[in-house]
Amino acid sequence: MQMPDMLIPQVGIITDIIQETPDVKTFRVVDLKGNKAFDHMPGQCAMLSIPGVGEAMFSISTSPTNTKYMDFSIKRVGALTNYMHDKMNPGDHITIRGPYGNAFPVDDANALKGKNILFIGGGIALAPLRSVIHYVFDNRDDYGYVDILYGARSVADLVYHREIEKSWAEKRNTNVFLTIDRPDDAWEGNVGFVPDYFKKIGFSTDKVVVMCGPPIMIKFVLAVLLEMGFKKEQVFTTLELRMKCGIGKCGRCNIGDKFVCMDGPVFRVDELDQIPEEF
Amino acid sequence: MSKTYKIALDKLPELYAQTAENRNLYLPIRRGGTLNFEAWHKDAAVDLYGLKTANTPKDLFLPQSEDLYTIKMDGTNIEVFAREFFDKPFAIFGIKACDIEAIKVLDNIYLSKQPVDMFYKARRDNAVLISLACNEPKNACFCHAFGLDAGNPGGDVTTWINGDNLYIQGQTDKGSAYVEEMSGLLEAADFGDLSGLQANIRETAQNLPYAKLPLDKGFTSEDMMAMFNSEQWGSFHRACIGCGTCTYSCPTCSCYDIKDHDGGDCKGVTRFRCWDSCMYPDFTLMAHGNNRLTQKERFRQRFMHKLMYHPMNYEGQFGCVGCGRCINKCPVSLNIVKIIKSLAEVKEDANA
Ligand SMILES: Cc1cc2nc3c(=O)[nH]c(=O)nc-3n(C[C@H](O)[C@H](O)[C@H](O)COP(=O)(O)OP(=O)(O)OC[C@H]3O[C@@H](n4cnc5c(N)ncnc54)[C@H](O)[C@@H]3O)c2cc1C
Ligand code: SF4
Ligand code: SF4
Ligand code: FES
Repeated sequence: MQMPDMLIPQVGIITDIIQETPDVKTFRVVDLKGNKAFDHMPGQCAMLSIPGVGEAMFSISTSPTNTKYMDFSIKRVGALTNYMHDKMNPGDHITIRGPYGNAFPVDDANALKGKNILFIGGGIALAPLRSVIHYVFDNRDDYGYVDILYGARSVADLVYHREIEKSWAEKRNTNVFLTIDRPDDAWEGNVGFVPDYFKKIGFSTDKVVVMCGPPIMIKFVLAVLLEMGFKKEQVFTTLELRMKCGIGKCGRCNIGDKFVCMDGPVFRVDELDQIPEEF
Repeated sequence: MSKTYKIALDKLPELYAQTAENRNLYLPIRRGGTLNFEAWHKDAAVDLYGLKTANTPKDLFLPQSEDLYTIKMDGTNIEVFAREFFDKPFAIFGIKACDIEAIKVLDNIYLSKQPVDMFYKARRDNAVLISLACNEPKNACFCHAFGLDAGNPGGDVTTWINGDNLYIQGQTDKGSAYVEEMSGLLEAADFGDLSGLQANIRETAQNLPYAKLPLDKGFTSEDMMAMFNSEQWGSFHRACIGCGTCTYSCPTCSCYDIKDHDGGDCKGVTRFRCWDSCMYPDFTLMAHGNNRLTQKERFRQRFMHKLMYHPMNYEGQFGCVGCGRCINKCPVSLNIVKIIKSLAEVKEDANA
């Protein structure tokens, strides 16, 4: 149900909590009737809150093709996220409002649809990518080859690690490339930062790139992409700015003439040249 | 144009009383030396001759702090109670041209794009805006620079103090209905009576020290990145102490924070919103860093938003209305007019 004002949340129930990494847990949320709280598109976000503790924006990490629930993969960094990690159990209530923001242009034939897609992710930022990746797998015939390049600090810090190995890597016409920053005895895969690994693999440019990660990773990967002949028009990414309202009013996420909560979080990289570099 | 009426100034208390019969009435009241829009009562020290109120009519649409909803917590169970936000009808009398334009700025931000802000909308729907022409625009006023006419301030109803009378004219359906409701107190008047007064006001406004600003130079969207990257931002902010006074006293500043306070019995929480300021360091602070690290970036944001980003989003409407309040109140005398002039000079140099 849509509340009369977009600032007013509905109540949700946490049905499952999955420890992904030492500091990331995935929280599964449904509404009080046990249904998905609202519809969304890949890349959109929601405001979750515990009254008296805090409210913050999180990417919905499940795809719209999942009509039963929404997942949020949440890293502990502050008031709300610490509370969620330390105090919450399945069955607990939480407030939820959304969806907020634009989405990855998954159904646009000039953008992602029908194309080969290279997903590049770093750390917790695989969360928004997971929504698109699920969407692509659930509509597999609508897309070409899929490459997924994902890196984290250590093996333990790879979110969705089991799902990546057991499910994503097994999909048709799909390649998964994982890397960790520092060597680890239990790891036989690549060691090194995402941009270096990317260079080493050397992808062809006949694809669109969907990339999410810490700003520093984005910067370096983008430099490598351009060096390898990709055009900014082929690359989509997300911005993360402090948000409060989610509806373009509180002013917090404003950069240039854009409000990231409404005009973003998804941007085509060439669009970022049109706004001040305050992200 | 709708009909013009007048009422003798000494009969205004009757007009106030009749207005207040069916709605709350707010108008400039002087208390402890400060002029502000406050609720009328029969002993209130109404002052229609003060130029600008300290606070702005914004307070009546976007209170400094307002409850959004309450939440009951029972163990880990949560219940949300939306709040009744349909306040009583009200009228604001005595709004100057700059503050009327400021409400249009707020309307654009809060109402023109989906989703609209229902709290703001409820109050706007309930309000009659009664403007008053400025008899004597002064020193820091620069509404003229933004194309505003202090002699014809608009609103739902426009009024003018002309000689011993207050002239009144409905501008919108809502305003005309109000004038109709007051008609028992009003007598017909000739709009032509106001031409001398209006000419005087315009003449005064145009000749104020800040009235002519080069807003046609460097303030269009193509110039945005150049203006953002101007080296002058490296020095403009130097004196700024980040107090936020300029944002709190501005009739168009509308950024807010959302926070919780305890209901007291520890079982309930009230979530409220309150004014916030882009001049504060924690405005954009995030777990992974802050995208506006120093006062330079924060200062730049305030001015770029008013002079560039807002006009880009709303068909050239500036986010500053030239009321001059921030100029009068800044403790270190920073001045938006000087910033506009310096930025425009850069553009001129670039063209030369
Ligand atoms: C579009 C978008 C999508 C996002 N998606 C995800 C996601 O999928 N997963 C995820 O984990 N995160 C995501 N985030 C980030 C998440 O919203 C933030 O990490 C959020 O701040 C967490 O809230 P918190 O209450 O736990 O942290 P907060 O308590 O708000 O703390 C965050 C940081 O700010 C500092 N801080 C906050 N307030 C103050 C203050 N007043 N003074 C000083 N320091 C202060 C804290 O010290 C801390 O470093 C997303 C953000 C956006 C904008
Ligand atoms: S920026 Fe200053 S002069 Fe402009 S509207 Fe705001 S307070 Fe008035
Ligand atoms: S009032 Fe002056 S000192 Fe205070 S934040 Fe504004 S510009 Fe800075
Ligand atoms: S979060 Fe409030 S404007 Fe974007």
